[in-house]
Amino acid sequence: MDKSQGSPPAFSPAAFFDERFGVTTRDLDRVLGRAMARHADYADLYFEYRTHDQVHLEEGLVKHASVSTANGVGARVLAEARTGYAFTDDVTIKNLDTAVRTANVIANDRGSDRPARVPAPQAPRRDLYPVPHSFADVPLERKIGVLQDLDRFARKADARVKGVFATLSLENKVVLIASSQGWVLGDFQPLVRCNVRCIVEDKGNRQAGYFGWGGRMALDDCVDAARCEANAREAVRRGLVNLDAVAAPAGPMDVVLGPGWPGILLHEAIGHGLEADFNRRKTSAFSGRIGERVATELCTVVDDGTIPWRRGSLNVDDEGTPTQRTVLIEDGILRGYMHDRLNAALLGMELTGNGRRESYAHVPMPRMTNTFMLAGEEDPEDIIRSVKDGIYAVSFGGGQVDITSGKFVFSANEAYRIEDGSVTQPVRDATLIGNGPDVLTRVSRVGADLALDDGIGTCGKDGQGVPVGVGLPTIRVDQLVVGGTSVRGPSGFQG
Amino acid sequence: MDRELALGLLARAKEKGASQGDVTLIEREGVQVKVRLGELETVSQAHEMRLGLRLFFGRSAAATSTSDLSRASLDRLVEETCAMARATASDEFGGLPDAGEMAAEVPDLDLLDHESRGLPIEDGIDAARAAEEHALQYDPRVTNSEGAEFASSFNRLIHANSEGFAGEYATSRFHLSLAPVATSNGSMERDHWYTAARRRDALDSPEDVGREAGRRVTRRLGARQVRTCEVPVVFDASIAGTLVRHVAQAVSGYALYQRASFLCDRLGERVASDLVHVVDDGTIPRALGSRPFDSEGVGVRRKEVVEAGLLRSYLLDAYSARKLGGRSTGNAARGVGQPSAVSPMNLRLLPGEHSPEDIIASVEDGFYLTELMGFGFNAVTGNYSRGAAGIWIENGELAYPVSELTIAGNLNDMLRRIEMVGNDLRPQSPVAAPTLKIARMTVAGE
Repeated sequence: MDKSQGSPPAFSPAAFFDERFGVTTRDLDRVLGRAMARHADYADLYFEYRTHDQVHLEEGLVKHASVSTANGVGARVLAEARTGYAFTDDVTIKNLDTAVRTANVIANDRGSDRPARVPAPQAPRRDLYPVPHSFADVPLERKIGVLQDLDRFARKADARVKGVFATLSLENKVVLIASSQGWVLGDFQPLVRCNVRCIVEDKGNRQAGYFGWGGRMALDDCVDAARCEANAREAVRRGLVNLDAVAAPAGPMDVVLGPGWPGILLHEAIGHGLEADFNRRKTSAFSGRIGERVATELCTVVDDGTIPWRRGSLNVDDEGTPTQRTVLIEDGILRGYMHDRLNAALLGMELTGNGRRESYAHVPMPRMTNTFMLAGEEDPEDIIRSVKDGIYAVSFGGGQVDITSGKFVFSANEAYRIEDGSVTQPVRDATLIGNGPDVLTRVSRVGADLALDDGIGTCGKDGQGVPVGVGLPTIRVDQLVVGGTSVRGPSGFQG
Repeated sequence: MDRELALGLLARAKEKGASQGDVTLIEREGVQVKVRLGELETVSQAHEMRLGLRLFFGRSAAATSTSDLSRASLDRLVEETCAMARATASDEFGGLPDAGEMAAEVPDLDLLDHESRGLPIEDGIDAARAAEEHALQYDPRVTNSEGAEFASSFNRLIHANSEGFAGEYATSRFHLSLAPVATSNGSMERDHWYTAARRRDALDSPEDVGREAGRRVTRRLGARQVRTCEVPVVFDASIAGTLVRHVAQAVSGYALYQRASFLCDRLGERVASDLVHVVDDGTIPRALGSRPFDSEGVGVRRKEVVEAGLLRSYLLDAYSARKLGGRSTGNAARGVGQPSAVSPMNLRLLPGEHSPEDIIASVEDGFYLTELMGFGFNAVTGNYSRGAAGIWIENGELAYPVSELTIAGNLNDMLRRIEMVGNDLRPQSPVAAPTLKIARMTVAGE
């Protein structure tokens, strides 16, 4: 993406929180000292100030606009495998003291002499989302204009469009992380998301079509008129396709996944199972398997939090560790896990910049950033042509995984039959199910067309949602179970 | 934090020209502890407050919320909300509920256990430890654990509006859950179990919760796939509530006026078999989904949503009711500072006459479903396709565990094909159903 706004104005998260709450560096030193009482291993404070604007259009009208502001501080104390955590949204020195005293409660019955030591991270030396660091409002009229454009473009696209719903969401977050290792660093994290959903109706048959996009960028870089028109039309197209959909087949089939968002396969099948907490506890289907083959040699999968402007990217993770590109699977061999501070220390492994949290009200955990498979060499058309009887799935809703058994699902909402190498009829929404440690061993072809998703993913774990990205080139997976309703008879499918 | 603060904000907004408005203040205190393999892992303590303001200028609206309750912050909030509400579109259906719809009194539904404040952390640690210990002792194959958690919270809510309503209530919630892991012959499985209640003494005992988790996880060991087929499917009571939740989504006033529901225009029609009775009731004392008034100050009530298979009521707030030409059903559930939304209170599919054992015994060849995965439900079409695991039924008996399957159908057909309803409703979640048997669904596997 080409940016022309030049270098952003200097912004100091430390000064921001000092001015706002009167908490100085000297206070931080004193509070952290208290947090480390009784032989704690590590302590940190996470200050957050966040604004979230949302504007919503339906029936051609922007009927609703909202702004929410949240601020608070979370205090954490680590002692061996124990975490003490307390947070308050009333940021005062007195409440900070109370919070660290509460968090320190876990440091009082130290059982062994093996402290959880961790290396000190570097201060962030880059800006992956260089937008103006300001909470100054984008004028409401501008946001309303974007939504009205989307509404107009969608209605113009087809007479069968009966309803258009569009939402624009802008979040700005400033964080300051102070560590008992004697460093303090901050980050300003913008996040934009735009969604358009339409209801199409033809002869009593109703379907919904959806498109969403965004990233860590300024509004104007996200919603120019050309993009709005293309994306509104895409939402309509997805709805219309499903008007003609027939029952999806039931049972194992060769499946071709299109590029981009179908990378949710990797997030569910591989990603969660490689988060370090499950592997430290040995409850992951991937526990103890580093160095083993878990995929065909065509597959290299990475988690990369350093891609500019991306929804899943961060300059530093929510524990202050710089994000990086971590190779999870290299030419089919399992290479590594994704770590937060606690689990890296307990496993004696390097930090990877995957310690993330939803907000100051949440304890950090190992989480993904942008997870994708590197491109292969094949022409995507050839991959489709290679399938005699199968499914071509290009758009998905959500997915889920049972980390322990490795079973995962993801749900296609735009998919087609492949018959004799050609894409034919659209099929109704169907869930695909597989086994994480096994599914990539069935990847027989990888396309050259790697794409990342459009910036819509939110990953949920233990009740915490964080923005993530996924990506995939076109791939062929042999014999994945497709959860349709149409049972294959001796001579093809029954209705 | 008090009513005067709320009324003061409304008065200031009125001075600035707002025609209507409401304020919600919430406060939450909570403690959560996690124990794993007998060792304390996490202690987490929460304290939060939030204020939400919604204002109308004529028929146009905006909402804001903040966790910064300082005078300066609230002054800014009023200014900002006024400016936004002036800029949004006028909507003839907008506005607060009519004054006559507001709750006339705030009934005491016994939703608060005072133990939720100041409960010693050790009590929670002991309960979590005991539950996990009972799971690990249940069977030698239970060898590991994702941990056991105990949580308690105290919540207070104040709501006031410009039509003269002002009310408040406090609630508590206790929760004990665990996720043991079992291994056998290279197969590793996890399951979980929990208990939740408004009152601490209404929780199931740590022993019962732990043993049930142990039973559920060990019976999954050695799961295999089955061939793709069409068979009867029995939904275990712990997941049957998800079907009721899908119904709630489809009878939400917002989905209906947006034409985004497969139950549009079906009021009075048959939508399920005549064994199906679904009731939403926010007035049940001590229940997890009860509250004395909804998020707009309208009194909650009991309503039949589905009566002997016929669709009897939608779930509406003031706005969606006006859009559809009805009255609020007291189901407004707008989050603080969020857009309007509706939600069921305590939504239950009423128990029938069959024991779960009878239901299983009635199936010659079929699927007893104990776990669902993924989000494969489309409320616009009713199309349903989800990942599944459970136990295969042969000749009326539970035969062997199965996994890596999907079940698929259309909710419209599934509800009509409910042919047995269990007597085992366990209302430890606001949306609940007993064991249900669906005559036929597609199961995809090998």
